Amino acid sequence: MRPHVPLVAGIAAARAAAGLSRLVGAGGGTTVPGKLLALIDPSAVDRLAARLPLGTALISATNGKTTTAAMTAKILAPRARLAYNRSGANLVSGVASTLLAESGAELGLFEVDEGAFPEVAQRVRPRAVCLGNLFRDQLDRYGELELIAERWRAAVRDLPETTALVANGDDPQVGDLARERSGAVLFGLDDPRHGATGLSHAADSKWCLVCGRPYRYTAAYVGHLGDYHCESCGHQRPGLDVAARSIELDGLESVAFDLVTREATRRIRLRLPGLYNVYNAVAAATLSITLGATLDEVEVGLESFSAAFGRFERIEIGDRRLLVLLIKNPAGANEAVRTLVTGGPPRLAVIALNDAIADGRDVSWIWDVDFEPLFDGLDRLVASGDRAAELALRAKYGGVPADVVELETDLGRALDRGLALTEPGGELVVLPTYTAMLALRKIVTERGFVRPYWKQAA
Amino acid sequence: MKVVIGHLYPDYLNIYADRGNIAVFERRAAWRGIELEVDEVGPGDEVRPGAHDLLYIGGGQDREQALIAPDLAAKGESVMAAVQRGAALLAVCGGYQLLGRFYRDRSGAELPGVGLFPLYTVAGERRMIGDVLLECELEPGARRTLAGFENHAGRTYLDEGAEPLGRVVAGFGNDGESGLEGCRVGRALGTYLHGPLLPRNPWLADWLLAQALRHRLGEALALEELEDSLEAEAHAVSSARAHERGGRY
Repeated sequence: MRPHVPLVAGIAAARAAAGLSRLVGAGGGTTVPGKLLALIDPSAVDRLAARLPLGTALISATNGKTTTAAMTAKILAPRARLAYNRSGANLVSGVASTLLAESGAELGLFEVDEGAFPEVAQRVRPRAVCLGNLFRDQLDRYGELELIAERWRAAVRDLPETTALVANGDDPQVGDLARERSGAVLFGLDDPRHGATGLSHAADSKWCLVCGRPYRYTAAYVGHLGDYHCESCGHQRPGLDVAARSIELDGLESVAFDLVTREATRRIRLRLPGLYNVYNAVAAATLSITLGATLDEVEVGLESFSAAFGRFERIEIGDRRLLVLLIKNPAGANEAVRTLVTGGPPRLAVIALNDAIADGRDVSWIWDVDFEPLFDGLDRLVASGDRAAELALRAKYGGVPADVVELETDLGRALDRGLALTEPGGELVVLPTYTAMLALRKIVTERGFVRPYWKQAA
Repeated sequence: MKVVIGHLYPDYLNIYADRGNIAVFERRAAWRGIELEVDEVGPGDEVRPGAHDLLYIGGGQDREQALIAPDLAAKGESVMAAVQRGAALLAVCGGYQLLGRFYRDRSGAELPGVGLFPLYTVAGERRMIGDVLLECELEPGARRTLAGFENHAGRTYLDEGAEPLGRVVAGFGNDGESGLEGCRVGRALGTYLHGPLLPRNPWLADWLLAQALRHRLGEALALEELEDSLEAEAHAVSSARAHERGGRY
């Protein structure tokens, strides 16, 4: 039996570790104290979460969890003091670290890694859970999508009866989780003008959950998310409780939509582009309303939201600007490409591919991304990161002429090269994978252009 | 000059970027002025022996593989006949398993396969995930390496005397123990390596294209060399990864 360590002692040791981690320059110290606490006292997370007077809300999804959590934080911040993992440390240790750092918080708000969701849910016994989507992602790390879906089903079944479930009805697998749970709130998009009737290459969840025949789509909005039905057995998208209608896309700048609940309709204008951000906004709105927010609060929060860390984030670099779009799996990268191209295809881009554990060691996913609409418009592509050569091959076999591609493995030099090719006042598009994005942030932080991520406000 | 690729179940078996392999065939044929047609063969479609010069089958998630397994079993004889008539074949991951004799899952139930490759596969406890480097000798005296990525729970066991695709330099391979990877039956190759396999191993793409041309024309034809320095660089990085971190749990 493990000796029982008093919570207070464990917490003190873990807090000291956070300071130490920053002191030695290991980053924000965002997971070190949590890891230590988990080692000293694994059940401390449960007890720390239980102290929050307004409970905890969890957000998980393959794509969009960071943005959805950031939007939710923006909406709820005036209402409650949050313990919120804004640094994106989204494993059990990250949740523990956040709880440690925010001792006076009233409400816990956590984005949670898809794989870690069952354990976190079981530990913190959340007041509300928001599940966004499941796409194929880093198969070397997460395994097959079906496996994650199976774990989520079990985790949802084990949630306390009082936990409110908010789920994306447009995702067959995720919407299905709500079927067994009365009182679940389903959100989605409802504007077929913006939907496709066919699915993109390598789409997931294409086959009817009930009978295995292909789904038909009245409208597919993002990957396999949309209004689906099975012609064979009649299985279809469940009715939506909260929907986005009358969507207006405005290039790279913004998107507006009607947020339609069972009670009211509110026009929302986001300062972010793309249908995928409409999904994020509707998810954040639905979760916030479930937690007691008013439509006014939702509107103010969403309309004042700019961008989460590395997700369509604009960074001023002297007289030029970076536009950073994190890419990490085919579905997410497809939306980044689609949004960029809709806003007027760039002629120059830096794409940085790393293969650390957090990026996925298996880089084959880049071949499932529909990069071609972006490639077609490029005069210059700077391929960077540890697997730059693989990326350059993706471009070569995607039809990009050899003289358009420059190989620069080093991220700092790739950034310099990209900036040199950008006219003053212009914007440089950078698509990095996760660890490349962190490395890029470090470079621009060292140059004094952004604040360290652990100091940013919600 | 025209070669026809039969791509089996592209809507179902595409989990590890199989379309990258197809893109390599298409581009490398086009750069040499060879016309190439990709014929997508789905459930219910027929494989007519002689119609395709090269058959390609990729990997899928468990659910997709289970959905197409009965259809593939029904196509088994015509796939075997196509290969016997000299068509080339490349099977990757799940497709490789399904072309063996059977797949035994964790409950002990056996899913019958096509039986083209003299092997069987048994589901294991832990997945074998990581970078792999192989050494192959498809033509006597011509030793080449293949660099890829593997991710499989199945342990594949070759029959006595069966020919592997290559020997494992770094990585797990068929079963994590024998040091063998993949299987070869004449012009038919099966392997767990994706990555996808062909972009960073263009010599194998060219070998398969040459076999396909031989099937079409009835005679061997030397393919003109292409500029492959980028491919060589990607191969070198991938090989180094296999040495660094392949084959460990």
